[in-house]
Amino acid sequence: MTDMASQTHNDPVTAPPRAVGLDIERVKADFPILTQQINGHRLVYLDSAATSQKPREVINAILEYYRKMNSNIHRGLHTLAERATEAYEATRVHTARFVGGVQPEEIIFTRGTTESINLVAYTWGEQNISKGDEILVSEMEHHANFVPWFELARRKGAIIRKLPITLCGHLDLSEIDTLINEKTKLVAVSHMSNVFGTINPIRDIAAKAHEKGALILADGAQASPHLPIDLRALGVDFYAFSSHKMLGPTGVGVLYGRKELLEAMPPFNFGGEMINQVGFDKVTFADLPNKFEGGTPNIADVIAFEAALSYLEGLGMENVHAHETAITKYALERLSEIQGLEIQGPQDTAERGSAISFTDPDIHPHDISTFLDYKGIAIRAGHHCAQPLMKFLGKVATARASFYIYNDTADVDALVDALREMRRYFGV
Amino acid sequence: MMPLDEMYREIILDHYRSPRGRKPLPEANVTAEGHNPSCGDDIKLEIELKDNILQDVHVDCKGCAISVASGSMLAETVKGKTFAEVSELSKTIRKMLKGELEETPDNLGDLGALAGVRQFPVRIKCALLAWVTLIEGLDKYSAGHPDGKIVVTSEHDHEHE
Repeated sequence: MTDMASQTHNDPVTAPPRAVGLDIERVKADFPILTQQINGHRLVYLDSAATSQKPREVINAILEYYRKMNSNIHRGLHTLAERATEAYEATRVHTARFVGGVQPEEIIFTRGTTESINLVAYTWGEQNISKGDEILVSEMEHHANFVPWFELARRKGAIIRKLPITLCGHLDLSEIDTLINEKTKLVAVSHMSNVFGTINPIRDIAAKAHEKGALILADGAQASPHLPIDLRALGVDFYAFSSHKMLGPTGVGVLYGRKELLEAMPPFNFGGEMINQVGFDKVTFADLPNKFEGGTPNIADVIAFEAALSYLEGLGMENVHAHETAITKYALERLSEIQGLEIQGPQDTAERGSAISFTDPDIHPHDISTFLDYKGIAIRAGHHCAQPLMKFLGKVATARASFYIYNDTADVDALVDALREMRRYFGV
Repeated sequence: MMPLDEMYREIILDHYRSPRGRKPLPEANVTAEGHNPSCGDDIKLEIELKDNILQDVHVDCKGCAISVASGSMLAETVKGKTFAEVSELSKTIRKMLKGELEETPDNLGDLGALAGVRQFPVRIKCALLAWVTLIEGLDKYSAGHPDGKIVVTSEHDHEHE
């Protein structure tokens, strides 16, 4: 062990932060899954960047839907169908308000962020991307905001340009004025990195893109659970995110698109729900948002997603962000006590969210993950669906701990203690 | 012993800390590369195959303790064996990892220590990477593609089950 061994977890470098506006004990009590033991230890869930846990309100909303209003939406003329339609559309209105007050018809429900981005690639992309056009994609993208553009470019003979990153985990914007040029049709960039946690300057990049007549799509999967979001202020043309990372159920994604863009785009899935009139001579399509929601959607989970939005609003997104900034600061300080541990991404918590990727010089991330699991601590290990970024780092994988509203300093301490014990265990 | 100690036995950790078979092999005539996309483990094998006998093997594995240890044990074990013997051994190891053997065979030596991995189903692929890569490399060599690059994927792995 290192000289750090003499320093116990009881005397961290700084005093644990006080939660700002959040009563974490009460928040924790709202998440039934967190009360269980894993391998004989209290569950310490540090994998919220992969998926968040669900509060009782969300779980109950799913049960209530199936108990009291299960029916197909939009064309039903009975009481249940009216109830379900109302609740489904109320979620759309609520979502529009949650992201800063856009128009409800600018909110399209999908299966997740991946489907939201594919929707844009297959509709707007098919219509607007031609041979020789350029799509600028950042080097820190999740595969969900990389592969759809790569494939679109391949189909169309378009060119993928790389918006590079710096060693500190920021986007390198030094060449942005040449990287975005007259040929650029789209800039695809994440609002918050799932590996570095970096919060990217979307507003500035959007302005640069618009100057040259390009559009911008921001992947909001990591940002939407943690930051107050105002899409109008960000100036994005498309924004994609997922319910399941922000306390809601899996299987629900959101695509925001500016109304005039969505109106000009062809439909995505053809079939029921998305039509106006159908005949053997002619088919006309429904207006927004139904045009993009062909088939029976994930009604129950969309409705339960509203409970997640209400829960987050009840806490206040400013408070959520403040709590996470405090816990991230504490985690970065405590993790830096472990000799040799290499921590990725910005050090300044003003520039980052709570996903912290790290590597140990001697122990592979998968062994880290297996060991921590034995201590009841759930983290992620692997390439995090960001292989171009891993290549940049020269690593095949990293370990990642990510924090959310139900994590406190005791969870950070448990992680740090276990990582120290791990180095003793592996004898390195 | 708790399951974690069953998997990370001292023999495994010893192979992980000081892997065998790292010596370059200028006489090698078969090269096989394996990759496990779900973990990001990478392995490169160079084999000197003469008269259908594996004279020597060079193993370069970048990965977790289990994949590195398994590769290191492979380097130690397969030297002097025929393709058929190695193929049989690889099948036994697979069965052991899948829990299909009543007891761990005595003749496995250090390799028997891999038995503890069977309690961690997601890690079985790590233990098999070196073996799948070796067998596919030898298969390709026999089929006339001595330098064929081999990519072992999780899907690929299922085909062997």
